[in-house]
Amino acid sequence: MRVALFATCLADTLFPQAAEATVRLLERLGHEVVFPMEQTCCGQMHVNTGYQREALPLVRRYADVFAPYDVIVAPSGSCVGSIRHQHAMVATAAGDTRLAASAEEVAARTYELSEFLIDVLGVEDVGACYPHQVTYHPTCHSLRMLRVGDRPLRLLRAVRGLELIELPHAQQCCGFGGTFALKNADTSAAMLADKMTNVLATGAQVCAAGDASCLMHIGGGLSRLRTGVRTVHLAEILASTS
Amino acid sequence: MTFLGMPARAPRGVGHLRGDQPFPAAAREALANSQLRRNVGHATTTIRGKSAAVIGELPDWQQLREAGSAIKADVMARLPELLKQLEARVTEAGGVVHWAADANEANAIVTSLVRATGSDRVIKVKSMATQEIGLNEALEAAGIAAVETDLAELIVQLGRDKPSHILVPAIHRNRAEIREIFLRAMPGVDPALTDEPRVLAAAARRYLRETFLSTKVAVSGANFAIAETGTLAVVESEGNGRMCLTLPDTLITVMGIEKVLPTWQDLEVFLQLLPRSSTGERMNPYTTMWTGVTPGDGPQEFHLVLLDNGRSAVLADSVGRQALHCIRCSACLNVCPVYERTGGHAYGSVYPGPIGAVLSPQLTGIEDNASLPYASSLCGACFDACPVKINIPELLVHLRNQAPHPAAERAAMAAAAYTMDHPKLYAAAQRAAKLARIAGRRGQGLPRPLSGWTAARDLPELPKETFRQWWAKR
Repeated sequence: MRVALFATCLADTLFPQAAEATVRLLERLGHEVVFPMEQTCCGQMHVNTGYQREALPLVRRYADVFAPYDVIVAPSGSCVGSIRHQHAMVATAAGDTRLAASAEEVAARTYELSEFLIDVLGVEDVGACYPHQVTYHPTCHSLRMLRVGDRPLRLLRAVRGLELIELPHAQQCCGFGGTFALKNADTSAAMLADKMTNVLATGAQVCAAGDASCLMHIGGGLSRLRTGVRTVHLAEILASTS
Repeated sequence: MTFLGMPARAPRGVGHLRGDQPFPAAAREALANSQLRRNVGHATTTIRGKSAAVIGELPDWQQLREAGSAIKADVMARLPELLKQLEARVTEAGGVVHWAADANEANAIVTSLVRATGSDRVIKVKSMATQEIGLNEALEAAGIAAVETDLAELIVQLGRDKPSHILVPAIHRNRAEIREIFLRAMPGVDPALTDEPRVLAAAARRYLRETFLSTKVAVSGANFAIAETGTLAVVESEGNGRMCLTLPDTLITVMGIEKVLPTWQDLEVFLQLLPRSSTGERMNPYTTMWTGVTPGDGPQEFHLVLLDNGRSAVLADSVGRQALHCIRCSACLNVCPVYERTGGHAYGSVYPGPIGAVLSPQLTGIEDNASLPYASSLCGACFDACPVKINIPELLVHLRNQAPHPAAERAAMAAAAYTMDHPKLYAAAQRAAKLARIAGRRGQGLPRPLSGWTAARDLPELPKETFRQWWAKR
């Protein structure tokens, strides 16, 4: 299958290892990956901060750039959630019904990584090996916007050598929330403190998730406290073979 | 209505819809209160568990939510017609209906009604609408004492405090604090009072019984009003509401106009949704319903005050009006990770938590509560918990789009969007070296608001190359 990768601006810029792992994983599973260079950002930060007008060109760009592809995959539940649940809304609010229609079509062909692996490819065991103790944080948007359910856990359980330790109160938000972490930095930090407490209680050495943004937040806290626990994107674990 | 014909917002200077400071500053103070965080965290976790258990018993819970949502959408679509029908039925049944455009009008109506009875004291059923308009203060200014009879509301009143939760207004207090408040402020309290829940409840009971039996006027809110029959309904747990609604000679009910339901049968849906979502009970202990007045039984004078106070303005926003579907169950508060940590006072309004963050700014106009739509990480837990399926995250995003933005932020957002729409510029901006220079040594000394991040978190290590650089080299 020919798969277009939407790397997301965050992974492209700050966490290239997550996007690179997605490429290696999909290629190992026998698929052709393409990366349209005209892609940039889904515009979620603008929409969620109250700048829908500014987000409009980014919504248009996403729909145009990915229109030619049958399947688009992104290593982010949050960005796919925005594409699926906000792009058409932004276009409609701007009175652009044609864009709303095309945004809707492209969104329907856009998958978060665990959705793509399980629902489209029908694979749970991707042949990965990752001999570490891992706890998994289900990110809010993958959980409550995309409803990925236990798909990431099924993928992780099939990884050789990986010991999956359940995260207490896993479904509570880590406190990132995009610009929320800046505008309400104190409340965000309080939420992060509780998330870190739960991560540390597992004793795992790795905290995994399907969103680089939440991982940047949790990882930033774990690093600040010198906990020695590191954050790793789900794609990196699934791409790992040693 | 204003002279332009647009519905008015809730007026300033009266009631409790606006805080003294923006949410981030108020939250900062609340977060430092370890007792508050412990109390609220414990209480919300307990209610969440109870509620999840009883909701899990109903196989048709999702259909009930759909039904609740559909009935409310229908009500909003023909609100004027339903309110006129309600007025006609209540009047036929011997009640008197008053229309209050805002808090000032409602307070004036209630004050003059109480004055006309000659009573200088009223007993109150727990009510959000009367908290919203600051009725107790208005009555007090007119020399009329208002006694809250809901136990938690009484704790708040005696403590000269503000409610911090829709359903459990004293959720921020623990029993040791409640004992202190009673000892300090409850008339005739036993000085040997302990902090055992039974003992505290008994003290309140003794005080309230006396008040119930000696007060001639009661003021209540309403959970529902049935347009086809003119029936009002109040649901509660303690029975103190039932006392207020049946013992006095005069009953005055202040109700937000959005509470009307078309038919008696609609109650079937809401009386299942509300207790399971709010207290985690299958059925609330007391459901009191009354239609006008019944000679020789219960209050012989009944007044219904229909309150707008910004609601028509909310109704005028086709996306925002969902907030009027709220049945005040507080399920969204109990699942909200922000509310759980800050408590309710930080929201500055009698409506705290996620629903408050979308309702208060719409009632007052966004300028007066501009920080509230941002008091959420958009985690979506509130939408899942809402028994009438109010899409609170969607509303938050909708209101953020209307909120006034700081000039520096507006410029930064415009620049970011422009860069993101020009891939070459974007790639240039991405280059690690530039970012590194901006970030300094792992973000030390960043300007506001970026310093908010580095106060508690490290910045990520910068990668040697971006993904697109890696891809181009393959």
